[in-house]
Amino acid sequence: MASIGLINYATFMGTMIGIYAILALGLNVQWGVTGLFNAGIAGFFAVGAYLSALLTAPPSPERIMGWELPVAVGWLGAMAGAALIAWPIGRICLRFRSDYLAIATIGVAEVIRLVLRTEEMLSGGARGITGVPRPFGGLEYSLSQFAYFALVIAVLLLVYWALERQLAAPWGRMMKAIRDNEQAAAAMGKDIAKRRLEAFVLGAAVMGLAGALYVHFMRAITPEAIDPMISTFLVWIMLILGGSGNNRGAILGAVIVWLIWSMSEFVTDQLPADIATQAKYIRVFLIGLMLQLILRFRPEGLLPEESGQRTASLPPSPR
Amino acid sequence: MMEFLNFYVVPGIVTGSVYALGAIGITLIFGILRFGHFAHGDLATSGAYLALGATALLGLTPWAALPVAMVLTALLAYGIHRLFYRHLESRPKILTVIASLGIGMMLRSIVQVVWGVDPLAYGSGIARAQAFGPLMLRPREIATLALTLALVAALLAFLRYSKWGKAMRAMSDNPDLARLCGVDNDRVTRLTWFIVGALAAASGFCLGINTELTTMMGWSAMLSMFAAAVLGGVGRVEGAVVGGLVIGLAEELSVLLVPGPYKSATAFVILLAILLLRPQGIFKGKVL
Repeated sequence: MASIGLINYATFMGTMIGIYAILALGLNVQWGVTGLFNAGIAGFFAVGAYLSALLTAPPSPERIMGWELPVAVGWLGAMAGAALIAWPIGRICLRFRSDYLAIATIGVAEVIRLVLRTEEMLSGGARGITGVPRPFGGLEYSLSQFAYFALVIAVLLLVYWALERQLAAPWGRMMKAIRDNEQAAAAMGKDIAKRRLEAFVLGAAVMGLAGALYVHFMRAITPEAIDPMISTFLVWIMLILGGSGNNRGAILGAVIVWLIWSMSEFVTDQLPADIATQAKYIRVFLIGLMLQLILRFRPEGLLPEESGQRTASLPPSPR
Repeated sequence: MMEFLNFYVVPGIVTGSVYALGAIGITLIFGILRFGHFAHGDLATSGAYLALGATALLGLTPWAALPVAMVLTALLAYGIHRLFYRHLESRPKILTVIASLGIGMMLRSIVQVVWGVDPLAYGSGIARAQAFGPLMLRPREIATLALTLALVAALLAFLRYSKWGKAMRAMSDNPDLARLCGVDNDRVTRLTWFIVGALAAASGFCLGINTELTTMMGWSAMLSMFAAAVLGGVGRVEGAVVGGLVIGLAEELSVLLVPGPYKSATAFVILLAILLLRPQGIFKGKVL
């Protein structure tokens, strides 16, 4: 019996890693390739999760929608919704240095959280949205978990393949040219603001898809389900540790950071209750410290971006 | 009319002072060191809790603990710069921005470990409001306004007349030119962090004494402080003060138009509007 428990646990971990890896891939489009600082990843994730849940869950008198549409429609809706929120923010902020985008995306994530907590017709109140269908949800528990895990990995590979193609195309080379030397790219006649907006919106859509995958995995969601700052931060560390600008690095970072993060949770759960709550915050402190150490000693990450002459330090023109 | 003044305008100005003190720090770092400092809210939280620690350990009254907290937070800010930001100076500024987001989380979690997550207060005394004509003001509100006024006046005089204040302005205008004229950029940087840390502590303290101390208070206020700094014009101290007051008032008055929970979205809307319409801000600051 213990071995089945272990397999179930491994499947759960694998699914979460897959979802976080997709988030890291989305961030890689924005930061790694384009040099945009999105500090509101959790917001785009939440929009995707809620939209997909509302589109596919059964109706309830306590909230709107609940259209019982096919799951694939929910996923596409999630991507479209996250992209739609990213678009105006990008339009306003991408003209300036990324500091402004960072504060604006923090703001977006806060506003999304406010709306979900306040508008009970949207989020189903304290109970949240329940009864979200899961593909292969009818199977026996372990089998259903495993089938969904396989589905998440398939989506991850699909996203990876699509992004690799996009980055190998002239579009990807142009993005890196803009990131590395904005003036030169502009002189070559590239429409910088428009290209950046494309990357920002594309990355947000990928994050929305990750949110949808999450909500169909959990089959329910409440506004408190995800801690916005911690989850955003984890994705950042995944990408920077793995290697900004490298999709395989993003996936590797997701595996390593998620394993460390859940192992440390495993350790703190063993502690007596009175120090367990404090241990939770010590974990947060340590991942903050981990970021400082990576930025200082290994800024290019474990799998550095592989292209031409670019060396260590990452992102956009230092203006 | 009196209700309007006492329930909306007075709290708006008090909150606005808190934002102003925080926004000055953000605008100085943005202007002189040229990056958005995302640990600023949590620096304010640290200052507020350090003041609480000083009341408990040294037996000081809250207002007597404030100078202690300002000195400690100034040292803390400089220590963070030395340990974590300084070695990123030669690299693209955005890396320091990312680092500061992590520093904010680290500061917050230290406060959470030491003081716990339940709300705390500096004292349990009930503050009675006194009447000044139609205005009802509590002593702590008067003290907050007086403190803000004094700190802003002192800072403006320092920047305008003292040698080091002029050096700070020179570095804000053009660091390379300032260095050519013999300004020691390292010392200006150090001085900036001391000033910014002390002001952040004052901001956090005033927030704490007028409401309560929570570990998230600085993080939640940071969006408003950034909006205030951008609204006033990046790098402009007087702009940060005006911006802070405008944001504080707008948040309190927003309750008249939109449901209460959306109060904290006001600053975000103003930030987007100013970036769209006048990114240099009211006082013609920098646009980075």
